[in-house]
Amino acid sequence: MRWPIIPLFIVLLPLSFLLAISLGATSIAFGDTLQTIFGINLADSEHNIRADLVITQIRLPRAILAALVGALLGICGATTQGLFRNPLADPSLIGVTAGASAGAAITIFFASSVAGLQGIGGIGLVSLGAFVGGGLAVLLVYRLATSNAGTSVATMLLAGIAITAIAGGLVSLVEFFANNEMLRRISLWRMGGLDGASYNRVLIAVICAIFIVGLLPRFSTALNALLLGESEARHLGIAVQKVKLQIIVLVAFGVATSVALAGTIAFVGLVVPHIMRLMCGPNHRILLPMSALGGAILLLLSDTLARTLFAPIELPVGLITAFLGAPFFISLLRRRHDFGMQ
Amino acid sequence: MTVLNLQNLSVMQPKNDAHCLVDSVSCELSAGEILGIIGPNGAGKSSLLKALVGDWAYQGRLDIIGISADPVLRARQMAVLPQFSLLNFPYRAEEVVSLGRIPHKSGSKRDAEIIDQALKMMDIGFLKDRLYTQLSGGEKQRVQLARVFAQIWDQNDAENGLRLLILDEPTTALDLGHQQALMSAIQAFARKGVAVVMVLHDVNLAARYVDKVLALLCSQVVAYGSPEDVITQDNIQRLYEVDIEILKHPKDNTPIVVGI
Repeated sequence: MRWPIIPLFIVLLPLSFLLAISLGATSIAFGDTLQTIFGINLADSEHNIRADLVITQIRLPRAILAALVGALLGICGATTQGLFRNPLADPSLIGVTAGASAGAAITIFFASSVAGLQGIGGIGLVSLGAFVGGGLAVLLVYRLATSNAGTSVATMLLAGIAITAIAGGLVSLVEFFANNEMLRRISLWRMGGLDGASYNRVLIAVICAIFIVGLLPRFSTALNALLLGESEARHLGIAVQKVKLQIIVLVAFGVATSVALAGTIAFVGLVVPHIMRLMCGPNHRILLPMSALGGAILLLLSDTLARTLFAPIELPVGLITAFLGAPFFISLLRRRHDFGMQ
Repeated sequence: MTVLNLQNLSVMQPKNDAHCLVDSVSCELSAGEILGIIGPNGAGKSSLLKALVGDWAYQGRLDIIGISADPVLRARQMAVLPQFSLLNFPYRAEEVVSLGRIPHKSGSKRDAEIIDQALKMMDIGFLKDRLYTQLSGGEKQRVQLARVFAQIWDQNDAENGLRLLILDEPTTALDLGHQQALMSAIQAFARKGVAVVMVLHDVNLAARYVDKVLALLCSQVVAYGSPEDVITQDNIQRLYEVDIEILKHPKDNTPIVVGI
């Protein structure tokens, strides 16, 4: 019963990609979209040239970015839930998201006058600040939870809550002293959006996604064993402490990058692995790639919705995932016993 | 051939060296033998096992002879069943058992055979497609046991053919029939040359199936030897503070503890 889902999702990804490119403030026919993407223009009509521009300059980089960020969030979420042995865990629990928010807010506050927020190489100083903030938060959480006896996953969760609170305080402090322009930038950034998509960002996302989506599945077996408990995993020959550190570094890198590129996008890392686990089971060999796939599809569709719902006004995609994800998640929580969750 | 040799092994409470959980235990176990550890709650039985399997630090001497130091090779020779299982993800029962094959590179066909046999041995073949989280306590215990058996199933997978099985209260959640089936299975395993260490609460099971008994009370050894020598009226009354009588099993004369 679990298997036919996989080909279905493999088909769904290009479909939702096509949908994301065709739909928007100006609708472009599927035929024209296909023509533009595959470079086979049958008749050089005026419409086609316009479609060409809209697609190659605006929608294509945005759709690729959405798919990659979604994939990163999905696979990092699945990994975190496995590592914490908690199907309700989320990468933001270890402080990445809050740390990144604080980093971004601080950068917006101090750098707005200096660099005009243009930054280096189109990445944006804010993104850089977010990345550093997220990385620092995880480092701190990890140090807090590590003693001679190893890293306590439960302590990491609690330390994550503490660091999240501190980071939240920092953001509020910055907001308190910020002027109106900064305030708006900070709050827009926190809602999460893909409107800053450019080929520079796509390039960064591609490199990071190849790295993370390529490496994390190597830990499938270790994660499967870790679900039994840490000492059980050790007795199955897994080098638990080493594996934990490597996984945490990879997840922090993946999530910090995605937050730096697209702001905080709620619930993808939580809901997608959860849905995938219900459909494919908890075996990480299947769950990790499926979560990447599912995250990509969800974020593509959410972003399409964000762009079209009140077109030409674009909503931040983080709002859509929150409004779609939260009720869905609540319904899952209420029915968790049907799926064998405690 | 000696597999396990303990000399004055002590375990201190982590981060509190003043409190001793296991005090100077010495014992020895050969391949093919079953060592049963008995004693009241909090006597230090599980702490001793944690030191044995390398989870906790200890003082004194602990030699595990012929078992590899490399984590993966070691996992092919030594399997451990903990007292409680934390698993709360909806694996199918068969998938849980298949986790026992993680350290091996025996190929998926051979793994599937072993998993199937382990499931049959624990009488849970009919549960293999059920979700682990929806099983009863005893069924979960049997799935975990099958996993541990699958881990050291094949003598040829283990370096020198030596294997060590460590079980913490494997019979607690099981009904009478499955308790007996489990103990017979463990005995059959031991006869193939596996050294077994197990914590047992049921003294009668220990008397009937175990080769050596180690009785712990307040972290100290009260008695150590064959079941006939250890399971005496004096020892059991001292261990558990109960009034009992010792009878003889009508078939093989092993001691039976009866409460009065």
